[in-house]
Amino acid sequence: MAANFYVAPEQLMKDRAEYARKGIARGRALVAVEFASGVVFASENPSGSLYKTSEIYDRIGFAAVGRYNEFESLRVAGIRLADVKGYQYAREDVTAKPLANAYSQALGTSFMSESKPFEVELLIAQVDADGADADDGRPGLELYHILYDGSIVDEQRFVAIGGETEPLTRALQERWEPGLARDVAVRTAVTALAQAAGRELTPDVLEVSGLDATRARRRFFRLRGEQLRAVLDG
Amino acid sequence: MYDRAHEPPRVELPRAFDAQGSSFLQVLRREAPEAVPGALATGSVPEELRHQLTDGTTVLAVIASEAVVMAADRRATAGNQISRGDMRKVFPADDRSAIGVAGTAGPAMELAKIFATELEHYEKVEGDPLSLEGKSTKLAAMVRAHLPMAMQGLVVVPLFAGVDPRSGEPKIFEYDPAGGRYVATEQAATGSGSLAARTTLKRLVDPDADADHAVHAALEALVDAAEEDSATGGPDLIRRIYPIVAVIDAAGYRELDSDTVGAAVEPILDARRR
Repeated sequence: MAANFYVAPEQLMKDRAEYARKGIARGRALVAVEFASGVVFASENPSGSLYKTSEIYDRIGFAAVGRYNEFESLRVAGIRLADVKGYQYAREDVTAKPLANAYSQALGTSFMSESKPFEVELLIAQVDADGADADDGRPGLELYHILYDGSIVDEQRFVAIGGETEPLTRALQERWEPGLARDVAVRTAVTALAQAAGRELTPDVLEVSGLDATRARRRFFRLRGEQLRAVLDG
Repeated sequence: MYDRAHEPPRVELPRAFDAQGSSFLQVLRREAPEAVPGALATGSVPEELRHQLTDGTTVLAVIASEAVVMAADRRATAGNQISRGDMRKVFPADDRSAIGVAGTAGPAMELAKIFATELEHYEKVEGDPLSLEGKSTKLAAMVRAHLPMAMQGLVVVPLFAGVDPRSGEPKIFEYDPAGGRYVATEQAATGSGSLAARTTLKRLVDPDADADHAVHAALEALVDAAEEDSATGGPDLIRRIYPIVAVIDAAGYRELDSDTVGAAVEPILDARRR
């Protein structure tokens, strides 16, 4: 029988965090930007079918960076949780916070007890049911950022996850203002990505989607091909 | 090596190669079996209880050129009583199809709801909607799973219509209580008033005409059904409760508002006044 060597808990956590961070940093970053009636997700993604963002439920969207196979199964688990809950209660009872908590628990448990932590970072977003006509002109956006170790941050206005986030955050800080139109928010996000990457980003290497509270029932949208080109050309 | 003796159980994530992995019904069976609609008990429903159960009546669908129309009257009955005059029997299944339900209202509405959830769940998990054929097969399996309840007397017979998300072709699917699925080429009707409705539909249907013509045929058939069948309600002119009429075409699922249906019903009733 192999002997179990003592490893200090601090060292253990540090090793795992470093491992997860390295894995996540290998992929490309993703940004979420609030606009007048929702949120836009944008990332560099040359694949036209292996998406990093998804609809979870009527008002809830999902975005992830890191290992595709890992966040894909987390995405499906989230859709299952939301659909089972919405079926048993009411559609409006499905909200982002319990879902973000479930993800936080799943990632946290895995980080502490599995031999390998998840190499993913997630964003769970939710917009208000009544949309842009809220009093403060904000979309009532809830934006939960869940890290590989299960820690959860309630983000505001915009956020960059995965990879090199500092240049992105800086670029967004310079450009973001409250009450942006959707298309302006898309261009802001893509400009920030291009600036951080140091090169031009064409629509065919971009994945742009988001939540728009002014849409009927299912608020998730995805901009593809010609639609995205038109938005970027403004 | 790290000590793994005391670790908590792994978080349950979707399995690979799960052939049922995109089915909401399967997820519900696993996660919340008590919420799955199904046989409540063995044996048939007692007569005195049977008369308290609400029944939905006539639902029909008509093909038009590149569109399909589904319509239903608003009456619900319980035994020989009229229990509701504003019942909804047509539901959007997703944005390219509609489900109409006739039969025992409780399980019928449940079927419409779980079917819509099933389609949405599949679309979200897979990233693409099911084909119209695929949706209709799924519904057949759900009706078949309902057979034990049908044998207790709680019969549900849906009608499914839509346009294929890829080809855009409109189609109607009829069912029987055992889950048999039949493609209707031009029109179909289910429920107690379906016999009278079919006679009218056969006469008026024109698959090459536009959706307005199909709406007219559907309303004419519902008025005839209401005249022949006591469980089918005609247009309620006093309370302005009109049949629900849904049109599904390339632009998606939409329901005509009450004023539009009212205006379309008026000439039909006018032709019968003397």
